[in-house]
Amino acid sequence: MTIDWGNYAASDFYDELMSSPGNARKPARSLVSHLRSLSDEEIEQRRIAADSTVKEMGVTFTVYTEGGNIDRAWPFDIIPRVISKKHWDLTAKGLKQRLHALNLFIDDLYYDQSIIKDGIIPRYILEQSKNFRPECVGISPRFGVWAHICGTDLVRDKDGEFYVLEDNLRVPSGVAYMLENRAITKRVLADVYEKVYIEPIDDYPAKLFDTLAALSPRKQKEPVIVVLTPGIYNSAYFEHAYLAQQMGAELVEGSDLIVQSDDCVYMKTISGLERVDVIYRRIDDLFLDPEVFNPDSALGVRGLIRAWRAGNVALANAPGAGVADDKVVYAFVPQIIKYYLDEDPIVNNVETYLCFDDKQREYVLANLEKLVIKPANESGGYGMLIGPQSTKKERSEFAELIKANPRNYIAQPTLALSTAPTLVENNQLEPRHLDLRPFILQSDKTYVTTGGLTRVAMKRGSLVVNSSQGGGSKDTWIVDTEMKL
Amino acid sequence: MLSKVAERVYWTARYIERVENTARLVKIYASLLLDMPKDVNLGWYNLVVLNSVETQFNERYKNRDERNVVKFILGDQNNPISVVSSLQLVRENIRTTRDVVPSESWEVVNELSLFVSENLNQGINRKERHEFLDGIIRGCQQLNGLLYGTMNHDAAWDFMRLGRNLERADMTTRILDAGASAVSTLSDDEAAVNARQIIWGNVLRSLDADQSYRRVLRKPVRGRDVACYLLEDPQYPRTIKHCLVAIADSTEKLPSADVVVNLLESIGRKVFKKVDYDNLGSEFRDYLNDLQIKLGNIHEKISENWFNG
Repeated sequence: MTIDWGNYAASDFYDELMSSPGNARKPARSLVSHLRSLSDEEIEQRRIAADSTVKEMGVTFTVYTEGGNIDRAWPFDIIPRVISKKHWDLTAKGLKQRLHALNLFIDDLYYDQSIIKDGIIPRYILEQSKNFRPECVGISPRFGVWAHICGTDLVRDKDGEFYVLEDNLRVPSGVAYMLENRAITKRVLADVYEKVYIEPIDDYPAKLFDTLAALSPRKQKEPVIVVLTPGIYNSAYFEHAYLAQQMGAELVEGSDLIVQSDDCVYMKTISGLERVDVIYRRIDDLFLDPEVFNPDSALGVRGLIRAWRAGNVALANAPGAGVADDKVVYAFVPQIIKYYLDEDPIVNNVETYLCFDDKQREYVLANLEKLVIKPANESGGYGMLIGPQSTKKERSEFAELIKANPRNYIAQPTLALSTAPTLVENNQLEPRHLDLRPFILQSDKTYVTTGGLTRVAMKRGSLVVNSSQGGGSKDTWIVDTEMKL
Repeated sequence: MLSKVAERVYWTARYIERVENTARLVKIYASLLLDMPKDVNLGWYNLVVLNSVETQFNERYKNRDERNVVKFILGDQNNPISVVSSLQLVRENIRTTRDVVPSESWEVVNELSLFVSENLNQGINRKERHEFLDGIIRGCQQLNGLLYGTMNHDAAWDFMRLGRNLERADMTTRILDAGASAVSTLSDDEAAVNARQIIWGNVLRSLDADQSYRRVLRKPVRGRDVACYLLEDPQYPRTIKHCLVAIADSTEKLPSADVVVNLLESIGRKVFKKVDYDNLGSEFRDYLNDLQIKLGNIHEKISENWFNG
């Protein structure tokens, strides 16, 4: 018995592959008809091949809570998610527009704060922001860009449109998994490639390199670029190593670097000290430099901020970029785009209620069971309340939290997150909810990944896609339906 | 090249070498025990002594039988030199130096780790042990082959070469010591002549050196010749001489190497001067012990000079 596509039903949601039971959407037609031609055994073989490829390639992520066994194999579903090129191109344009505006916003906040003076953004947002770094005021990074690497979470609602769920401007991760997902798919679904043109994605490391190289303070042909990792126990260590290797950059930990009295950063090598030009740091702001931030940090480098301020080294992302990575600021992004670019957003926000506003808070408190409540500055899906799936006790706890600290909470309607067919037990096909994290780069040029990382909530009905909480992933195909093969 | 990366690459090579040598040692030991006269009592515990891990063994096991020893040597994570522990360290080191070693080496070491953890019971049971050990040896050779075939001959390469040859030399001294120790348990009779030959033959075989020994020396296996060959032959890759030359050669290619070069020269000048090959008793074993200490000194100098950045 092969998979029964005719019975696959994602009734209440937008399904990425199927428009109705048995009918594939145009960009997914070749894929679905190919999958249909496979027997149960063939599907099973491919699933097993994918699992062993994940293990052999050592694609892992790290879970903090598991004690001794810190590496977990990356959970991967072999059925790709397909998006039409036409739809993607427009979305990519919107993502560039958004990052462009956000960088102008951050630069403004650390310079003369005109957007606040002009009354577009209330001053309290800045005053109470956990991620505003007063230490960075007056610094002007190259090209006025603070967030060089951005991972934006997109969701598709019932209407099939993409919406921005959040902007990750601090140290977004996942891009290595995006690249590895494609490598796995190429091994296990190689035969589909004959029937459909899938846009390649593997230029990302080269684009990342160019983005970083453009930031170098020294005018030399080959700037010294390093990836600064907190080390092997970080959940994204795999990615840090992967990106360093792909870019031909040095992977360093804080203890490998030193700032000398000339305020330059050097790395310790077998032939002595070597000057570093650009640091792609994957350490949170507060751990970067014990001299300026958390004095107990053993992960960072003493004097790093001093060197950065003196213009002797570039940091990507710049410290303080996270000020725009705040769910309250998020609510203002449409106004931010309008203010700096005089344009309307191409990709829209999800409707958002600010608990700081009395009226909106009243609505939120009265409708907790319908809404998703999020803390303003958390990531990884922690500290959230999903109204429709919550208990009465949880709701009253959250009501107290919101009242105690309204600035720290926003609420959004529960989205009808799109689904895609996903293999579950016994090779059955069931709809699972998913999101999409494209990565956007900006320094002298702007670049968006072709598609991004699709994360899947592997549990039936679940909306939580974070890998730290049982999420999986799929390869993401951007397919040009107008191209003749 | 980062000091830390140099250190990790160096240890990667040491641990790969250690995994392969340990698998080899268990394999040969099994066959040696089968060939020995019934009244000779060698015992599996010698493998523990040979690797200087008696304390760790005795903390965990009472019974010094084959099953416990083999389990301890192959699969015990509390034994710092077990195959499983060493492989874990190879993996950690490759994982943290993926930017300087060829990327496929990461896949190969993962495959090998999976193979070992999934088939460990095969190695502990006598019946399928041979296949299991061969699988490990082949995995290590695949890894080394991959590095030989695709790795840049840059500084990382030389640090790997240093690690590999130091570990190799160390193992050669231990295997020679095992031979000398086994011979010393023999009583001085007719049967011992035969047993001696079996022991020294196994010493050669455990270093895969029997074929080249015969071709170079064109002589039957005799203790004095085996000892001299494994110490002083310049051509076979597992002899002390060959390893020391390789170490010196790589050292000279590395930056600011003077202190290490000097130490190697002073060791190299007199290392084989005092060996009495006609007498492979306790004095020879002391000599081997001393040689191990010298290898340890070389390691310390390398570490001081390049890794402490």
